[in-house]
Amino acid sequence: MNKKQKKNLVRIIVAAVLLLILSYAPLTGGGRFIAYLIPYLIVGYDILLKAGKGIKNRRAFDECLLMAIATIGAMALAVYEDGDYTEAIAVMLFYQIGEWFQSYAVGRSRRDISALMDIRPDYANLQRENGELEKVDPDEVEIGSVIVVKPGEKIPLDGVVVEGTSTLNTVALTGEAMPRDIQTGDEVLSGCININGLLKIRTTKEFDESTASKILEMVEDASSRKSKSENFIAKFARVYTPIVVYAAIALAVLPPLTRMLFMGMPADWGTWIYRALIFLVISCPCALVVSIPLSFFAGIGGASRQGVLVKGANYLETLAEVDTVVFDKTGTLTKGVFQVSAIHTDVLDEKQLLHLAAHVERFSTHPIAESLRMAFGHEADGCNVEQVEEISGQGIRALVNGQIIHVGNDKLMDAIGVKWHECEHDTPGTMIHVAVAGEYAGHIIIADAVKEHAKDAIVALKENGIRQTVMLTGDSMKVADKVAADLQLDIVYSQLLPQDKVRKVEELLAGRNSGKLAFVGDGINDAPVLSRADVGIAMGAMGSDAAIEAADIVLMDDDPLKISVAQRVARKTLRIVKQNIYFSIGVKVLVMILGALGFANMWAAIFADVGVMVLAVLNAVRAMFINSVK
Amino acid sequence: MKKTYKIEVDCANCANLMEDAAKNTPGVADATVNFMALKMKVTFVEGADVQTVMENVLANCKKVEDDCEIFF
Repeated sequence: MNKKQKKNLVRIIVAAVLLLILSYAPLTGGGRFIAYLIPYLIVGYDILLKAGKGIKNRRAFDECLLMAIATIGAMALAVYEDGDYTEAIAVMLFYQIGEWFQSYAVGRSRRDISALMDIRPDYANLQRENGELEKVDPDEVEIGSVIVVKPGEKIPLDGVVVEGTSTLNTVALTGEAMPRDIQTGDEVLSGCININGLLKIRTTKEFDESTASKILEMVEDASSRKSKSENFIAKFARVYTPIVVYAAIALAVLPPLTRMLFMGMPADWGTWIYRALIFLVISCPCALVVSIPLSFFAGIGGASRQGVLVKGANYLETLAEVDTVVFDKTGTLTKGVFQVSAIHTDVLDEKQLLHLAAHVERFSTHPIAESLRMAFGHEADGCNVEQVEEISGQGIRALVNGQIIHVGNDKLMDAIGVKWHECEHDTPGTMIHVAVAGEYAGHIIIADAVKEHAKDAIVALKENGIRQTVMLTGDSMKVADKVAADLQLDIVYSQLLPQDKVRKVEELLAGRNSGKLAFVGDGINDAPVLSRADVGIAMGAMGSDAAIEAADIVLMDDDPLKISVAQRVARKTLRIVKQNIYFSIGVKVLVMILGALGFANMWAAIFADVGVMVLAVLNAVRAMFINSVK
Repeated sequence: MKKTYKIEVDCANCANLMEDAAKNTPGVADATVNFMALKMKVTFVEGADVQTVMENVLANCKKVEDDCEIFF
């Protein structure tokens, strides 16, 4: 609670207690009026002052002015009729309670969400040239400086580890609860928390360009891009108050005149003015106006807790309507890292074949060599590798323990005159042949591995009611079809150039019925596609900066399963927004109709104003909570 | 030119009113108020004097909501 909130709470409590005491006090006439005036002024003086300013600025539909007219009118009627001032004061009291609650709830959500996004580093330990450490503002650290991050501290700037090993907690950044092990040479992102080891990091980015700052900026900016519902409510609020006020005036004047002039009945001014005042109490569109941005804010906050950054309320709205999801293959559904997927031998056993291949590739930096060494695991054993010769575009030849080994593609086999054959299992991927002493020994298949959650991601999307899943890739048809079949994708287009991807997405956009289209990519070559789709979703951890810039939604941990989570958050938020719109307008209209007919009193109006607002705000906050991955 | 300012305002409807008031200030090409983040983004007309324009924006906003504040 801030100072203003505390002060207002005290005013509300004092006025409420006074009102309670007065209801038991045996006062009559003028003394009673003055006694009741005290709690009214305590709780409502600022509204009255603001109402005065509203008149001065010629703002007929000023909320405070209307509230002042409603309460003063009710007081006047009370003096004139029966001397029950409670209703008038209650209107003011509850109006203030509503305002207080709104301010408190909004403040709480602001804090909750910034706590969720607690990645802003406060300081950096800069290492000076003489080796001393100095605590400085992360803003002042230049690129290439060495900073020290102690256990428990947040990494303040993006950089590369130059010394130390540790485990990082990346949950605030990616939503991934599993800690990440890092060692010297690894790249680290700001916003992660160093769990155990002491790290020395050479910074590669300035503070403003570092991941933590960028993410915070994105999330804070997100609610500036307003959704359709927000724009609708803003327009609605502009006409709602005038309509209600004119209706109130008509209600106060027309029926009594009609009764007097045409029906020959007494005018009964008191009753009709009372009914008009009910209208004024309901004339504030607050509940609606506050609950819609609050819902989106909470939804965006809830999504970021899951490691999904949504760059605008409008994108949340579009995501909820998505029924076609188009994926890029490499880096999105697959890891984008080559791994040994099969070993088919002719003479040796599998282990031996891999063993020899790994040795031959011992000194190579080619990605294929790396995956072979990775697959074998303990390549640096005692074996003797000599006379290594790289044959560009073909492969490598080497002597392993005195035996000549060739490892490479079909061209290499042809060149050395070894008879090779196509893979008998028809496994898709890149074939690496191995020949031992001029004899064909077998081949190893290297393929890009499908991400662990890719299959679950597609299943979860189908459960969400996604009509069509499509994969676009530049890869060969054989590989693409295999991945698509494994993941049970509906359509696959292979051997596409980057510009073909844009064209395919445009075709799909033209061919769809009603739902929206989302494109998911890692941003390597697909930034134009990301911006062309209704919603562009990018992989954040591995994706390029350009992709994150062009995308509307960023998955911080590169997990495609998060797409369905994000969609569930979006749908829940939209559901809450709709509930709030229908509920608030519905109750207000209902109470106005009942009020005009004489079935609703001031208390019903208070409920339609304050009660509805409290319920709408509480409902809005629900958008923050979503079950994580099942 | 575009600038972002920190603001203070209590109610969401007032924030919308501030947005309208800012938009209708001479020298302002466009303005958005983000109630949840308490920020106002102002796009200025080419060649406008930012300081004067912002003073007018604040004055106009004060007319619709006395309690508001813009930090510039």
